[in-house]
Amino acid sequence: MRVMSYREAVIEALREEMTRDGNVFLMGEDVGRMGGVFQATAGLWETFGPSRVFDTPISEVAIVGAALGAALVGLRPVAEIMFVDFTGVAMDQIANQVAKFHFMTGGQAIVPLVIRTQGGVGFGDAAQHSQSLEAWHTHIPGLKVVMPSTPSDAKGLLKTSIRDDNPIIFIEHKLLYQTEGPIPEGDYLVPIGKADIKKEGKDVTIITWSKMVLDSLEAASLLEEEGIHAEVVDLRTLNPLDLDTIIFSVKKTGRAVIVHEACKTGGFGAEIAALIVEKAFDYLDAPIQRIAGIDTPIPYAAPLYRAVIPNPDKIAQAVRGLL
Amino acid sequence: MSVTDYLSWGGSMQVRKQEKIDLYRLMVRIRAFEEQSFISFNQGLTYGVLHLYIGEEAIAAGCMYDLRKEDYITSTHRGHGHLIAKGADMGRMFAELLGKETGYCRGRGGSMHIADMTIGILGANGIVGAGVPISVGAAFALRYKGLDHVVLCFFGDATINTGAFHEAVNLASTWKLPVVFVCENNLYGISVSIKNACALRSLADRSAGYAIPGVCVDGNDVLAVRKACIEATARARKGEGPTLLECQTYRWGGHFTADDGKYRPDEEVRHWKEERDPIGNLARDMLGSGEIDQQEIDVIHREVKEEVEKAFRYAQESNPADVDGMLRGVYYESPTRTRNSKGEDLP
Repeated sequence: MRVMSYREAVIEALREEMTRDGNVFLMGEDVGRMGGVFQATAGLWETFGPSRVFDTPISEVAIVGAALGAALVGLRPVAEIMFVDFTGVAMDQIANQVAKFHFMTGGQAIVPLVIRTQGGVGFGDAAQHSQSLEAWHTHIPGLKVVMPSTPSDAKGLLKTSIRDDNPIIFIEHKLLYQTEGPIPEGDYLVPIGKADIKKEGKDVTIITWSKMVLDSLEAASLLEEEGIHAEVVDLRTLNPLDLDTIIFSVKKTGRAVIVHEACKTGGFGAEIAALIVEKAFDYLDAPIQRIAGIDTPIPYAAPLYRAVIPNPDKIAQAVRGLL
Repeated sequence: MSVTDYLSWGGSMQVRKQEKIDLYRLMVRIRAFEEQSFISFNQGLTYGVLHLYIGEEAIAAGCMYDLRKEDYITSTHRGHGHLIAKGADMGRMFAELLGKETGYCRGRGGSMHIADMTIGILGANGIVGAGVPISVGAAFALRYKGLDHVVLCFFGDATINTGAFHEAVNLASTWKLPVVFVCENNLYGISVSIKNACALRSLADRSAGYAIPGVCVDGNDVLAVRKACIEATARARKGEGPTLLECQTYRWGGHFTADDGKYRPDEEVRHWKEERDPIGNLARDMLGSGEIDQQEIDVIHREVKEEVEKAFRYAQESNPADVDGMLRGVYYESPTRTRNSKGEDLP
């Protein structure tokens, strides 16, 4: 096993898939010479050159729309939207065009398109560069939504996403890029729609994704010292959702805590809570808890933004309250 | 006439009699399809509303007469004419309007979303302006693959004021992509006159902002449209980039089938219908020059009527859209991919 950062894992996935298939290309703001503002495409322009890696104008509508047009004509674009906050600029193309083309055309159009983006609170990027907007995208049938938490999952899921013949919103997290983890050797894939139990436990199920997986694992270690054995389920993909793994775990532990960084109201946690009630109500020994961001725009100053989003202490506290 | 012939003659296009007759027939076919669509709407056989192309037939016919099957188009909510001119099957189009399983989109898309991926129709579109970035991406893909095909992007006057138009045309001009932007200026965005939506006298002038040629033609003169489009597509094929082609025209009816269009002056409507009918005017010119006689015109109309009746019958006799199948149509379940689109084995 090699150890690699999340950022390096993303680059390696792109490099391998671009080498494998000449129809895979990159486009987006600053993805070329600069290697991306988070350096998540660093070195690819040097390897593949300007015929495979395209710096675009700051035109999110054109980036997504052109990627769709290219996909319809047989290419496999990986389009980058620099911040998930900017998907709002391109939302007609994402929601009304990309997501619906296959269905609207009665199955004629095939849209193998990956929109890579990143979200979440970083180090004070404030209200327009820190959001977790996955619930917008899960609310649109036709899109798949992928949110890996580890370097290994990031690489395997990005490779799978590029080979998938459906449009995918692939949401990285700005604080995960520097995190490191083991990476399997060789050409491996991680299936879309399969959750991963990052830690086993019998007392409570913590259901989470993206960076909150790391916070939940930290909370689980705190709880372990107190003799509470929490199971941490990393969903990895929100759509398709691995409901079987969620329900199996909740039936085992009888308690469910859902953790996400996005603000609580209308968050994807509400969907999961509703599904657990529909499928496993009789197995619950305590009310389902949602630990989520406060319903406010993300503030600028560190004491403020830290107060808004979940952290290991808040998660551990919520779990203690259930037992 | 091929594009090469035309260019070698220095641009003075001699139009053969048969080409004029072909163009005439194509416009008559589009109008007959739309008339039958309107009847079907009034009989309650279709769902939603339809955006009819009657009055604008010369643009679709003139622009697409010389296209290759491998060229692409993007279309709009008012797309029936574009589809027919690109070679779509009327029977499957009617079937889509009637919500049948044999329709182009199997009843999932309807009038505003008809596509035929086998002949380069990348979809009509229900969002004003949305087709422009898609057309640019298709043009990008053609160049990426090293092909000399082109994309024709159709849109109305209202699109010219959308952000999608600006972002996409800017990208196409910067990257010199093989796309022709065809603006069908029918003078109204639903009820609002273009004069109250845009300060430009000619929408083609917007091309200056993108450093591309802007051409304005009489969109009801099929030969003028054709000539302008041949020039623009030739430029695109040679790698010289996009052109903005404004075709001034008029829709005879309202914005959609439930709109009577009464916000327009009667005299204006009369002028366009009686004096600037693209079909009537071409017939008059050809009769005047002796290139066709009334009997030949009558034959064309009779044949087209039979074609439309047959196509409509096919749609009526088809099965309704399948509810069970619909639920499997949101995502594409791909077979295991072992080859890329060039036919090479993947590792």
